[in-house]
Amino acid sequence: MKEASPAKAYALHLGVIALLFALNFVLPEYHHGLLARIMVLAVFAMGYNMLFGYVGLLSLGHAMFFSAGLYGAGLAVIHLGWSVPAAFAAGLACGALLALVIGVLALRTSGVAFMIVTMMFAQVFYLMILYFASWTGGDQGLVVPQSARVLVFGSTSLSLTNPTMRYMSALVLFSIVLLVTLAVVRSRYGRVLVAIRENEERTKMLGYDTFSNKLAAVVVSGTICAASGAAYALLFGYVGSTFASVQYSILPLLWVLLGGAATTLGPLIGTLFMYYVVDITSGYTSAYLLIVGIALILLVLFFPKGILGTIRQRWLGWLP
Amino acid sequence: MMPLLTTKGLSRNFGGLRAVDGVDFALMPGEIRAVIGPNGAGKTTFVSLVSGRIQPSTGMIVFDGTDITNLPAYARVRLGIAYTFQITSVFANLTAYDNVALPVQRTLTDGRSKGAVHAGVMAALERTGLADRAHMPAGQLSYGHQRLLEVAMGLALKPRLLILDEPTQGLADSEIDNFIGLVREIAKSATVLLIEHNMPVVMQLADRITVFNAGKILAEGTPEQVRANAEVQDAYLGTTP
Repeated sequence: MKEASPAKAYALHLGVIALLFALNFVLPEYHHGLLARIMVLAVFAMGYNMLFGYVGLLSLGHAMFFSAGLYGAGLAVIHLGWSVPAAFAAGLACGALLALVIGVLALRTSGVAFMIVTMMFAQVFYLMILYFASWTGGDQGLVVPQSARVLVFGSTSLSLTNPTMRYMSALVLFSIVLLVTLAVVRSRYGRVLVAIRENEERTKMLGYDTFSNKLAAVVVSGTICAASGAAYALLFGYVGSTFASVQYSILPLLWVLLGGAATTLGPLIGTLFMYYVVDITSGYTSAYLLIVGIALILLVLFFPKGILGTIRQRWLGWLP
Repeated sequence: MMPLLTTKGLSRNFGGLRAVDGVDFALMPGEIRAVIGPNGAGKTTFVSLVSGRIQPSTGMIVFDGTDITNLPAYARVRLGIAYTFQITSVFANLTAYDNVALPVQRTLTDGRSKGAVHAGVMAALERTGLADRAHMPAGQLSYGHQRLLEVAMGLALKPRLLILDEPTQGLADSEIDNFIGLVREIAKSATVLLIEHNMPVVMQLADRITVFNAGKILAEGTPEQVRANAEVQDAYLGTTP
């Protein structure tokens, strides 16, 4: 939001992307696969952060946008035999359309009512997935066949099941969304979103139609989450109803809070942190959730605004 | 000359209370009009109706020949009606710069001003003497500076009608003198509607004064006429026996 140091901010973000690119060549196989998954889910967290961090709207229903992308892309491949790019576009379209409809309805409320309304819509979405089990595979989910997960360029075809290909696809998606997020929050529109978060009534009295601005933010947020879901289906080959459950509405909130709400890189850091705390501790003890809980408590105590949020507050005021 | 703003039979009920009761009001372009009256007379409700923050129960509002009664507040702002809040409500966590950038970019989007956001912001901050504090969070400014920032935000909207709701409340005497100069400056390019309790300020600034009492207009005229009006004296000091 500050006018100063745009070059520094862009340099930092490009540095992070370059680091993730370099990690492709040095990481051992297990961590390579895990990081690809984390990047895809960090996109989910970035989409959530767009609405929660910058506009201050706490949704408990974002699993439906993720799974709109997941099922939109997955079912297009499985039932319609669509190619990977077409299926990805279908996932995005499903997420954007759903976000538009849900946004129009849910934005009539605010605060706690908004949380409840979004959660209820997400439950409806979840139950519909279970109900139409003949298409969606119900609670078993569906596997996207490996043979369909290929990108065809003329005579060459690249399989998304190849680890490097998968990692690079995840990195491309992550980088695009990161840079788009950075551009949005630094733009005039981003300034209006933050103003709505800080004081909606005042923003109206400066001539802004806050409803339209919030609706646009819901659609952008929902579309980014759907992109994450669609990529998940195509890269990891599994489409399951767990991803539509309330747990997957709360996880992005947790990742964003950990990394730092309203910071562009916070969602990545939060997702990374959460995954690795679980990964490392579960290697030592079956009571790993206890340690995860303690880690979370310590974070809240010493980093009340999330890791990056607190760093920005104390040391690096220029972080976007 | 056609009035910039007129209201006809404007009323607003809160439950059984008629806060504003059938007000017919006209404001000429270029004038500085003060609205005074005892506490609870309906002054803030009246300007809230004009700015669109609340909807009237009955009556109509015409701005520059257009019926704006049913327009939402944000659309009225785009027509050029700016409102500065009685209780300071700047964006405390944003810098003074960003606070003013919001109204500046609005007028750019609406095509009511030209140029870069940065130039517009610095111009408004310089006019209110806040330029050297541009990158301070608004919440860390002194109270007087927050009030000035509030005015800078109003100015940056390039208003044709600027509504100031008790702008000098809580200001020190030295700050009030600067403020009077600022409002005179603003009045060269905009019509000013001012709610104010501080009578020396009202007497110095206003071309005309409208006195509200119990939701109705009690009197209207030049400062001298209002000062001499017996009914106004009764409303403020109690009825003479």
